[in-house]
Amino acid sequence: MRTSAMRTAPERFSALQRVLHWLMAIMVLTMLFIGVSMVSTVKPRFLTLISIHKPLGIAILVLVLLRLGVRWKLGAPSLPDDLPPAQAIAAKLSHIVLYALLIAMPLIGWGMLSAGGYPIVLYGPLHLPHILPHNDKLHAILLAMHIALAYLFFATILLHVGAALFHALVRRDGVFRAMAGIGPRYQCGLRVKPEGLDFGNTMDRSNLT
Amino acid sequence: MSDKENLTRHGSLSPFAVGGRLAVIGGVLLVSALAFAYAGGWLTPNRLTPTRMVAALADRGGNPLGHRRNHSKGMCFTGVFDANGAGSRYSVAPMLVAGRYPVIGRFAIAVGDPDASDITGRVKSMAIQIVSPNGQEWRSGMNDIPFFVVSNPRDFYELTLAQDIDPATGKPDPDAVKRFFATHPDSAPFAEWAHTAPWTSSWVDQDYNSLDAFRLIDAKGASHLVRWSMESTVAPTPVPHAALASMGPDFLEHDLVRRVADGPLAWHLVMTFAGPGDPSNDATKAWPPDRKRVDVGTLIVQKSEDEADGPCRDYNYDPTILPTGIAVSDDPLLAARSAAYAKSFDLRAAEAADYPRTARSTGDRP
Repeated sequence: MRTSAMRTAPERFSALQRVLHWLMAIMVLTMLFIGVSMVSTVKPRFLTLISIHKPLGIAILVLVLLRLGVRWKLGAPSLPDDLPPAQAIAAKLSHIVLYALLIAMPLIGWGMLSAGGYPIVLYGPLHLPHILPHNDKLHAILLAMHIALAYLFFATILLHVGAALFHALVRRDGVFRAMAGIGPRYQCGLRVKPEGLDFGNTMDRSNLT
Repeated sequence: MSDKENLTRHGSLSPFAVGGRLAVIGGVLLVSALAFAYAGGWLTPNRLTPTRMVAALADRGGNPLGHRRNHSKGMCFTGVFDANGAGSRYSVAPMLVAGRYPVIGRFAIAVGDPDASDITGRVKSMAIQIVSPNGQEWRSGMNDIPFFVVSNPRDFYELTLAQDIDPATGKPDPDAVKRFFATHPDSAPFAEWAHTAPWTSSWVDQDYNSLDAFRLIDAKGASHLVRWSMESTVAPTPVPHAALASMGPDFLEHDLVRRVADGPLAWHLVMTFAGPGDPSNDATKAWPPDRKRVDVGTLIVQKSEDEADGPCRDYNYDPTILPTGIAVSDDPLLAARSAAYAKSFDLRAAEAADYPRTARSTGDRP
């Protein structure tokens, strides 16, 4: 923990962080809808969807690594001090889950195709190397993980959207604004963090949006 | 602080307004979840999914666990593709450049039961994977029929259902397939072929056709509509169907093993170019016989191997796995094949324990 970042915790995410967040939000939702659509159709769109799914997944993997780097460098706004501990913990956990899935899903998909002996074509002649040996048992395990984690991913995103809207519409505490750039400001005046209040510090970096 | 206190503290909002806003949030989440469910087909149970297609294929009798759900009985082979370079004029595919490229392939019969007798294999198939030095792949699944039985996945599904075992009787409905052909005139040429084409006791004397159309893309980016064939160099030896019955259940395997032991086997890969008006999206329609044909190379089969521990076992011969320079056409069967083959592969990979990787020597099967 870098204490300097805590004292100067920004009110909002940087423009770069907000752009990355919303860009990736669109990409990830597209990815999840493509995934669940393509495995349930035999129509020509199957080929289109799967040809988007692979390069888009790799793009998400690249962007999430960039995003974690930016976040490590720039930090994140702190959660409101009056946020109930249960909600603060839920926020922290759900954001860890989201980051873990952003990294794991593309890697699992890549590994699954490797284990299935498939060429991993991004575009035209551009293809990725296999990262795992050709092995049917490995393929089966990774496929099961890819599917289960996709549902977990979508459920966690619903939770995340619900919580964001709760902050925006009900609590109106500035959390939504920190990422959206628009929305209600904090209503009870300036967010002054009481000196030495442990709760505020531990939550400082937990708003991993 | 309880949630209630929290809400009221942040409320210049009345409890009524908070309730309304919570309802809005709930509505957003519900609509999102429903959209996801719709995309996944859960709200449209009649959608033809790969899962349903593959389940229908598996219900034609026998135990398919661990095996391909169609063309379930087969043998692996390895060899090379010797490209003569003639294809390079029409396609930038790296394996059409003059040279020699490794091949892993598979011969099979179009049945759902991996233990079926070869006499039930009206349709034989060849699948190949050709790998270029830069790691691009060309996979193709071809059949020894001149045109396909149906033009679209829905009809294929219905024809498959017509062959499925009726749980009440333990047998397929003997009239179901007849009913299908009676109501699907596009399938009549196939029915005619199935009744009249000579049977042979070999995979080796057959020509194998892509059936679906593809596009070759040349160096200038121009597209050429083609179908391709692996044309045998061995003249077919017709065998009366009744005579096949006396040859045992695995005569195709015995024949292949014997012929490969005598030396490499060759097929010519021939591209047939569409003329004006030739359909790209209807595999039930043969193209006229006078179309331009270009021999682009020779497949040489050097070795056959049992599938159980053979090199073809864990490959999915998805015909849409193509190198640059070859692209799918608008034939609707291609996407359906890709989707269904993937599902079949996913299932059998997970069922590997049901199909031990132990070689059986020729003639072991009951």
